[in-house]
Amino acid sequence: MTNTAASPDWTTSKAGIGDRIFAALALAAGLVIVGALAAVFVFLAIKGAPGFSRAADVYGPHATDFFGYVGPLLVGTLTASVIALIIAVPLAWGIALAISHYAPKWLGTPVAYVIDLLAAVPSVVYGLWGAFYLAPKTVPAYEWLHEHFGFIPFFGETSATGRTVMTAGIVLAIMILPIITAISREVFSRTPRLNEEAAYALGATKWEMIRMSVFPYARSGMVSAVMLGLGRALGETMAVTMVLSVGFDLSWNLLGSSSPTSIAANIALKYKERSADLLAVLIATGLVLFLMTFVVNFVARWIVGRSERKMAR
Amino acid sequence: MNTPIRRALVPSVALLAIFATACGADNEKGGSDNDASTGLSGTLAGAGATSQEKAQEAWYTAVQGQNDGNLEITYNAIGSTDGRSQFVEGAVSFAGTDSYLKDDEGELTAAKERCGGEDVIEVPAYVSSIAIAFNVPGVDTLNLTADTIAQIFDGKITNWNDDAIAADNPDAELPDLKITPVHRSDDSGTTKNFTDYLGKVAPDSWGYEAEDAFPVSGGEGAEGTSGVVELIGSTEGAIGYADASQTGDLTAVSVKVGDEFVAPSPEGAANTVAVSEPVADRAETDMAVDVNRNVEDPTAYPVILLSYIIACQHYDDAEEEANVKGYLSYIVSDEGQSEAADYAGSAPLSADTAARAQEIVAKIGA
Repeated sequence: MTNTAASPDWTTSKAGIGDRIFAALALAAGLVIVGALAAVFVFLAIKGAPGFSRAADVYGPHATDFFGYVGPLLVGTLTASVIALIIAVPLAWGIALAISHYAPKWLGTPVAYVIDLLAAVPSVVYGLWGAFYLAPKTVPAYEWLHEHFGFIPFFGETSATGRTVMTAGIVLAIMILPIITAISREVFSRTPRLNEEAAYALGATKWEMIRMSVFPYARSGMVSAVMLGLGRALGETMAVTMVLSVGFDLSWNLLGSSSPTSIAANIALKYKERSADLLAVLIATGLVLFLMTFVVNFVARWIVGRSERKMAR
Repeated sequence: MNTPIRRALVPSVALLAIFATACGADNEKGGSDNDASTGLSGTLAGAGATSQEKAQEAWYTAVQGQNDGNLEITYNAIGSTDGRSQFVEGAVSFAGTDSYLKDDEGELTAAKERCGGEDVIEVPAYVSSIAIAFNVPGVDTLNLTADTIAQIFDGKITNWNDDAIAADNPDAELPDLKITPVHRSDDSGTTKNFTDYLGKVAPDSWGYEAEDAFPVSGGEGAEGTSGVVELIGSTEGAIGYADASQTGDLTAVSVKVGDEFVAPSPEGAANTVAVSEPVADRAETDMAVDVNRNVEDPTAYPVILLSYIIACQHYDDAEEEANVKGYLSYIVSDEGQSEAADYAGSAPLSADTAARAQEIVAKIGA
């Protein structure tokens, strides 16, 4: 890239060549990523296809066909990710707003820096922390929840170790926090100054100004941030593998010890001592995760696109 | 945490061991094995069971040391199933496996074909006790029958003051505490052997098949041996199973054998292998046994993991043949077995078993 980055000389026709080379390189970069994605999909489809129709005993003692096998895993993946989003999204937007609009600069800059540092912590460290430190500490809180809000199906019988899907969700929330914060902060601070001034001129308070000018302007970026965070949560392997106590029960209880694990964590758990048949099944579950991520992303894009068209009218 | 230190210790321990045997064991059988495992060069590739990984590490470090680094041995812990299929395909020279070759899916025949039609060599290499460890405040020893253990892990017995537990432990002060059974969340040969024990000894209380994946939904799952041990240690009322060498300060349940209660020990594990029935209709070079979980002899501890090494009698390549012979004869030698016991905490093979394994390995290339 660097050779094309030289400033163009407008007086000669060479600029045209440089321009074309750069355009080609940029296009190639874009195509490579599409190609890589397609290659992954083809690999998953070819290697995973036999996994959809294996003999019943390959799926293990808890399922007799592929959909019985992948169903609970899908639920586990979504449950942990949704918990993570519910915790992380408001927090991340709050932090991002604080940094971009509320906090004085001497505070905002170091906070932004620390949040970015969180993204650099490897997931296995989060896993260790979640399993050995956080999980035991959550037990009293879960017991309290069960005692006082036990009538809500989410807060059923509690686990003695705290290694629940709730804890996994909390750990995931911390892991996706920096990515959502960083992107949201960036789009919030890109709000045109004139829009903000105009809102103030109409007599808006700071909160009203943010609602009127910052949020509408940043909406697309905010959703992108959440989608990236969700992508990380859906695919997170190590932290979930280490934190969650795995079971096969499909229940509403988020505090029990037998919640199904996520697809990615299940692959990690099963991979080492697997048969060739089970490998095909595992790859097929990977395909399901791949497709689900696609669907979630498309739906989110569609929602954003629709609301933007509405705004434009 | 202490792995790097232990890793650094291995070569020095190995050197010491070589000195010790070289000085004092000339007239023993092990002495002749050392000849085969020196003066080797080239490479040797093996693959298979993860359970053997640590022992293999100790073995190849020692053998590589004996050959001044001219020989490079690798052991790829990819799991028993893949290890066996890689052996059959000829991708590796030997394989480690937690379950012996069977002909259900033609694997034994295929392995024989790979070995040029000759009988496959299959010798026990790694035996270790599976401890059933518990964490109950105020209880230092615990006696349990297989029946009770099965019901605990099946979620039928849920409190430590249950009558079934009290009946076998009249002296213990059992608290009113919820039992938290801990199992492996990843697939593992340890789980398979543990569930095999429960299924064979307590078939009325344990209706599941022996599998790598823990069959019951319920209880706590933790990843890996270390995860299980950590979780038991940090949870009051927990009970779980793990390789006996890794349970550290945790106390282990004494299981009922015959009329007595027996705690896990290396000798007990080796004795169980010694009294187990050889699998019927096996070649002379095949030492596959069906582990006798129902052993009555109170010197035996039946909750064990037995892992084999499989190889051929002859290889096309003379160097490969010499390397396999050298390495395997070290593994089944008294020296190799005690090396694994020191480093990986396994149980050395009993004298009879080891002698037969040594005889079989000596046939490689002969």
